[in-house]
Amino acid sequence: MTLPPPLLEVADLIVHFPVRHGLLRRRVGTVRAVDGVSFTLGRGETLALVGESGCGKSTTGLALVGLVRPTAGSARLDGASVAVRGGARRALARRMGIVFQDPFSSLNPRQRIEAILRAPLDIHGVGRPRERGAAVAALMARVGLRPDQGRAFPHQFSGGQRQRVGIARALALRPDLVILDEPVSALDVSVQAQILNLLADLQRDFGLAYLMISHDLGVVEHVAHRVAVMYLGRIVELAGRADLFAAPRHPYSELLLAAAPLPDPRRRRRLAPAEGEVASAAAVPAGCAFHPRCPLATARCREGAPPPLAPRADGRLLACHHR
Amino acid sequence: MAAGETLAIVGESGCGKTMTALALMRLLPEGAEVAAGAVRLEGRNLLALSERAVEDLRGSRIAMVFQEPLTALNPVMTVGAQIAEAVARHRGLGRRAAWAAAVEALGRVRMPDPAARARAFPHELSGGMRQRAVIAMALVNRPRVILADEPTTALDVTIQAQILGLVAGLQAELGTALVLITHDLGVVAEVADRVIVMYSGRKVEEAAVVGLFDAPLHPYTRGLMGAVPRGRGGARLADIPGTVPAPAALPAGCAFAPRCPLATARCRAARPPLTAPRPGHLVACWECGP
Ligand SMILES: Nc1ncnc2c1ncn2[C@@H]1O[C@H](COP(=O)(O)OP(=O)(O)OP(=O)(O)O)[C@@H](O)[C@H]1O
Ligand SMILES: Nc1ncnc2c1ncn2[C@@H]1O[C@H](COP(=O)(O)OP(=O)(O)OP(=O)(O)O)[C@@H](O)[C@H]1O
Ligand code: SF4
Ligand SMILES: [Mg+2]
Ligand SMILES: [Mg+2]
Repeated sequence: MTLPPPLLEVADLIVHFPVRHGLLRRRVGTVRAVDGVSFTLGRGETLALVGESGCGKSTTGLALVGLVRPTAGSARLDGASVAVRGGARRALARRMGIVFQDPFSSLNPRQRIEAILRAPLDIHGVGRPRERGAAVAALMARVGLRPDQGRAFPHQFSGGQRQRVGIARALALRPDLVILDEPVSALDVSVQAQILNLLADLQRDFGLAYLMISHDLGVVEHVAHRVAVMYLGRIVELAGRADLFAAPRHPYSELLLAAAPLPDPRRRRRLAPAEGEVASAAAVPAGCAFHPRCPLATARCREGAPPPLAPRADGRLLACHHR
Repeated sequence: MAAGETLAIVGESGCGKTMTALALMRLLPEGAEVAAGAVRLEGRNLLALSERAVEDLRGSRIAMVFQEPLTALNPVMTVGAQIAEAVARHRGLGRRAAWAAAVEALGRVRMPDPAARARAFPHELSGGMRQRAVIAMALVNRPRVILADEPTTALDVTIQAQILGLVAGLQAELGTALVLITHDLGVVAEVADRVIVMYSGRKVEEAAVVGLFDAPLHPYTRGLMGAVPRGRGGARLADIPGTVPAPAALPAGCAFAPRCPLATARCRAARPPLTAPRPGHLVACWECGP
């Protein structure tokens, strides 16, 4: 029996940026933003991407939609490469949506919200022109915006209202896959609940797949089927949601999950300014990139190639010599 | 607010949290104006000061961390130069000293490789790095009041805890007061002394943090607490049905009445005043007052 191919298949994705210095912007180094990322995503599935700020999550998403040029690697949607230009790219854009991390900068400041939401329908000729206004109104209602707000410009919106415009735009063409980069970070928990329920409904009804980037571990635990934990450009653990939250196994996953604040003012931790350097993608440590912070690190972790992301008996993928 | 105090402001998206902070900073967008009220910082009414006098205070005595870092940063200037400019303006340091102070400030907010990243333009940084740059700019002149508008939304929980620790250290050392606008009730629970809950442009509840989490009174606050995702994968999240009324078409009575499970005819007819059913715990609700 052969399994159906996954909807999205990402293999050894690498994105490097030059570090430049001086008036001539001479190249003096390399930021290894994404350094060999592989995963698959099935139809109707939600894969969450979590990890330290700056570890390459947004860059991974931007590379998939063609907004950042990969240094190496491949990504396939339904078996066809996404590294295409011209007309093929446009067809692809209809199947892959993205909600950007910065809502404001991704909206044209001179366009009214109704025009922003209508543009994808016009470009791709979805529905009859006369019906598109109604489609836009329906979309706005689903993300909790009032009909009168269609006439407003992006700067007249609050942060969370702009974020909802971004979500509505990404869903307008009913794509197969949506990359959600911190889609609910500017929303109060009640509007957040509305949006997460909406995403779940669309997934159930139309089999949408989501690549959900988020720092909110409560949200991730709620919506994800599987979770990939990234550290300095690589996935270090990839596991089912329940498995990961019950027992993270990579030392970085453990550190991350233990740091989430509890919504209980009687159980406060003592917060203190941190010591030591922060990990830098411009100077990735040899061996396992996590070794300078790892309580388990041995000589083997400090040199040679990084530990490969390999399957374990319990079904998860792990990149660690000692776990 | 007292020196050293941390006040959290929470509330529905669009309820007026950012506009409140911008009004205090005298940075309201074009078309918006303060219609009434006063803001006193160390006894001086900020709303009555000249533009020059406000500019001197802004960024030195009172500073703001903006909700959307990319709009607060100049896209054609390196982040180091932007922070150095803030230092030079308020502390009269020379170029080299200001640059060194900027790099140091970036290091304190946990920017990786701060000396190199100071030379990066905003678009070359990750979302969380831009947020840290904006925080560094707000903290660099050691202000007495910090207005932080969703300051940690792009940070992972480890760096978030380090930044909150950094600010707590500054508060303990200088008595800096912190107004923290956030949707993250975990962060509120962890750092706030007092919490204000806003709905549709008004304060609907105010209490010490433990009192609010132990016994939220306002139906909106209770709905909010009930909507926090608690990791039951796949289950439907409780939300509060309906949306906030348009600011231009507020109902006559309580603005929450159209969505409120407890609403009565009185709620729809008259606006509830803020009352104190418990000492230090204010609420504006006809059905949960004393
Ligand atoms: N320039 C403007 N012109 C007209 N209306 C505006 C303008 N800026 C904001 N508003 C409106 O004022 C209200 C309050 O906005 P504000 O940005 O203070 O909300 P907020 O509480 O910070 O929300 P969020 O949590 O989503 O950031 C919103 O309804 C918004 O649409
Ligand atoms: N255009 C660019 N030029 C140079 N460096 C870049 C560029 N875009 C991203 N980077 C760098 O790549 C690394 C990864 O950035 P990315 O935005 O993918 O992080 P992230 O995981 O999304 O972080 P966050 O959680 O803070 O949003 C960072 O070190 C960032 O500075
Ligand atoms: S490989 Fe070594 S350094 Fe890396 S996480 Fe595992 S034990 Fe720690
Ligand atoms: Mg990002
Ligand atoms: Mg706001």
